[in-house]
Amino acid sequence: MIDPLSIFLLLLSASTPILFAALGELVAERAGILNLGVEGMMIAGALAGFAAAYATGNPFLGFAVAALAGAAISLLYTLLTQVFLANQVASGLALTLFGLGLAAMFGKPFEGVKAPPMPDGPFGINWIVWLGLLMVPVIWWFLNRTRRGLILRAVGENHEAAHALGYDVHLTRTAAIAFGGAMAGVGGAFISIATVLQWTEGMTAGAGWIALAIVVFSSWTAFGVLAGAWLFGGVTVLQLRLQAAEVDVPVQLLSMAPYLATIIVLVLISARQTYSRKAGGAAPGSLGNNFHALR
Amino acid sequence: MIRLVPRSTASTFWQIATPVMAVLATMIAGGILFAIMGHDPVTAIRTIFWDPLFGPAASYSRPQLLVKAAPLILIASGLAIGFRAGIWNIGAEGQYIIGGLTGGAVALAAYPAEGAWIFPAMVIAGAAGGWAWGMIPALLRNWFGASEILVSLMLVYVAQRVAAWMAFGPMKNPEGFGFPGSRNLQQYPAASNPELIAGTGAHWGVVAAAVAVLVTWVLVSRHIRGFHIRAAGSAPRAARFAGVNPATLVAFCLGLSGALAGMAGLFEVAGPAGQITDKLGTGYGFTAIIVAFLGRLHPLGILLAGLLLALTYIGGELAQLTMQLPAATVQVFQGMLLFFLLGFDVLTRFRIQRKGQS
Amino acid sequence: MQRRTLLASASAILMALAVPAMAQDEPLKVGFIYVGPVGDGGWTYQHDLARQAVEAEYGDKVETTFIESVPEGADAERALTQLALAGNKLIFATSFGFMDPVMNVAAKFPDVKFEHATGYKTAPNVATYDARFYEGRAVIGTIAGHMTESNKIGYIGSFPIPEVIQGINSSFIHAKKVNPDVEMKVVWAYSWFDPAKEADAAAALLAEGVDVILQHTDSTAPLAKAQEAGAIGFGQASDMAAFKPSPRVASIIDEWSPYYIKRVGAMLDGTWETGSSWAGIGDGEVVIGEITDAVPAEVKAEAEALRDKIGAGEYHPFTGPLNKADGSEWLAEGETAPDSDLQGMNFFVEGITAQIPQ
Repeated sequence: MIDPLSIFLLLLSASTPILFAALGELVAERAGILNLGVEGMMIAGALAGFAAAYATGNPFLGFAVAALAGAAISLLYTLLTQVFLANQVASGLALTLFGLGLAAMFGKPFEGVKAPPMPDGPFGINWIVWLGLLMVPVIWWFLNRTRRGLILRAVGENHEAAHALGYDVHLTRTAAIAFGGAMAGVGGAFISIATVLQWTEGMTAGAGWIALAIVVFSSWTAFGVLAGAWLFGGVTVLQLRLQAAEVDVPVQLLSMAPYLATIIVLVLISARQTYSRKAGGAAPGSLGNNFHALR
Repeated sequence: MIRLVPRSTASTFWQIATPVMAVLATMIAGGILFAIMGHDPVTAIRTIFWDPLFGPAASYSRPQLLVKAAPLILIASGLAIGFRAGIWNIGAEGQYIIGGLTGGAVALAAYPAEGAWIFPAMVIAGAAGGWAWGMIPALLRNWFGASEILVSLMLVYVAQRVAAWMAFGPMKNPEGFGFPGSRNLQQYPAASNPELIAGTGAHWGVVAAAVAVLVTWVLVSRHIRGFHIRAAGSAPRAARFAGVNPATLVAFCLGLSGALAGMAGLFEVAGPAGQITDKLGTGYGFTAIIVAFLGRLHPLGILLAGLLLALTYIGGELAQLTMQLPAATVQVFQGMLLFFLLGFDVLTRFRIQRKGQS
Repeated sequence: MQRRTLLASASAILMALAVPAMAQDEPLKVGFIYVGPVGDGGWTYQHDLARQAVEAEYGDKVETTFIESVPEGADAERALTQLALAGNKLIFATSFGFMDPVMNVAAKFPDVKFEHATGYKTAPNVATYDARFYEGRAVIGTIAGHMTESNKIGYIGSFPIPEVIQGINSSFIHAKKVNPDVEMKVVWAYSWFDPAKEADAAAALLAEGVDVILQHTDSTAPLAKAQEAGAIGFGQASDMAAFKPSPRVASIIDEWSPYYIKRVGAMLDGTWETGSSWAGIGDGEVVIGEITDAVPAEVKAEAEALRDKIGAGEYHPFTGPLNKADGSEWLAEGETAPDSDLQGMNFFVEGITAQIPQ
């Protein structure tokens, strides 16, 4: 029979890239930013991180550089949406296109070489997996227990009101976007440095899009993101695991399931808010809208 | 210090000037990029922007612009209606896929029957499929207040997996030696969507795109519903007093854009693509969002934006072909173009003022 | 007046841009369209190496160009047409999904010769070519059968299509020959290239107790996973030499150069004819990469002997007696599989307990 512990261990590392990217996107969305450029930021991190790890022989330095690269490329999105007030959805799509192209262009010299080995962390589990798990309570604490987290949520919930209270909407959002970029970069680098050990064009293969779904599934909470990452990663791991155990599985139907679950969760929390007027749980009020101060 | 002051109405001068400025800026920045990558910038820019229109093989590539631009324009025309009303359908990619599947299913079910009814039935089924897929976020928003942005996006992923399921399973070509993918509809005359006049590239999808531009233009500028849409977008509360029913408007906008995206999917499946595969969704639905914004949500602007993007696709291919410019470099260049177009748009919507001036 | 000069000089530029008249000593132009980027390190990378080999072989007599990352469907048809219009006289289309576009374009350009990889449709100016990868899988299966200690071999399949099924059957038959207790676990990734998913697939197989992983997907992720778990694997498509000497203990390499050089040579001589080529180890199209010292010397010798026997045509990897998985007889004692059986292969051989998804 299939051992649940073994599935869980597979799940931990399989869900790490999407966990990082989704946590970053969570913070951005709580600040009112819907950034569809996650895939572009992930691939930028995957390349920059791999290049740094390869050049220095130090995988941890690779992850640091990946975070910087993800944050750096997110500045383009900031420039468009915060300075030029361009539509967030269109800007995010453009960022994905640009990031994929840019990484492919600069990645040529790093084809065919191998990343340095990574030392195992406690219990034989990768250090970055641990870091991802640690980020969940840290982000929860930041969003719910710190003043800055409160400001960030206020900006995302109602940017007009936050502005009226004297908070700098653009600055808060710029920081949130950069944090989202850094996290996406680390998530991408986990694929190149820890999973594949090589750089290949297009290697994130849509992980950034899954991260977007996870944030919705999470109802915009950090622990919800962890649950979502495990659900989305878990379905893939489970269907492959069942295949290996020669259980007949409808692969396409099963891989559709987490997205349907996400829609159901979204509907339930929205309905709760609409009908019982309980606050919280639904999408941030200003999500996807740009802010321009009239005064 | 400078600051941005919103314009009450978008400036006509800047609406025309900013795209031109953005394209020029892209040419300069792109030229620098090409030069750094060791390619002749002038030749590269000429190959991308000029050769598809007037180059040696232009008699072929000009019609191809229409083929490439038609689905973008068709989808974007529908999306722009919703965007004007503040209704954000970003799942056109999913509606496009489902439209291709439902429309294609009619053809596969009818095979090998002949009859003039088959193609029209496919178009209707494609539009209906896209409409139904678009109505899901509309109803969920109206009934439960669920964000249509997020629901429509999630439904893209679902649609992609439905397409894979169909291509590997129920719709697989029984004579295809086990390879995934349906029968090729180009080889089934009653169901195919061929070039209508040889050498023009124009298939029914191009015709539909042209009609969509005209109809949406009339709708937004002349029809009462167009007034409702504009009112809901600019002043939602006032619109309510003016008798606009928000639920109806949501259903109308998502349904319309879904139906147009579904039709675009069907025209592609029956025409240029020819078959249902797991790669049915090639990103037209997402690119169309960009086209809608580049076109400033105006039907005419969308027409031009769709053609401009098609130009860079085809020019990019030519640059690969004649200059061996890597695909990645072309992609970066296209990304730049989008950044500049989106960024410069600020000038149409805002005036730049020195602080202290009133 | 000034305006007229401007127009005149513009048309002069256009004239200069036009395709120069073909002279006898012009090089033969050969075009390639690739489904992925040349940097994919696998399928497309190997095709591009072969393109470079053609250039090295014929020098000034040929001129090659390629377009990379061409999506299957409508875009492929346009890219092929552009290649034909640009004066390429021989065009290699290197993905199964380019089949119908190749047939369409070939009908419009009867003077241009097309070579389509892995398809099954030919025409007077369309030839097909493929490699007998199952021959190489026999060699790898032999090594796998010897090397496994848990008697469980894992196989990551891309899609359940005949080419992949041949490989699974061939490797299983030969693993079983040297190790009667061996079992084969099969996992379908439903992708040719998705590193994260391939890693998950490898991990799932490892958790099932396999200690040798074979793959028919293009990334190195399964090798990385195998390394982590102390298991072994094989390079796929390219040599994947970065993972030598272990976990990558050998590899099965797509080597298209001999075929490309032969066919371009035939064009230069004027002896090109259509046909369907399906060559294997003997013609150097399937190459077994270096078998490393992680493999015991006698196993290596046995594998190399099998490779040479297949290469010399003395042995066919599908030689009876062989039954299908459902127990029915496929090949009688001493009978070898006809190519038609292999090209439509949709069954596992007896002993593989996994089901092929329908």
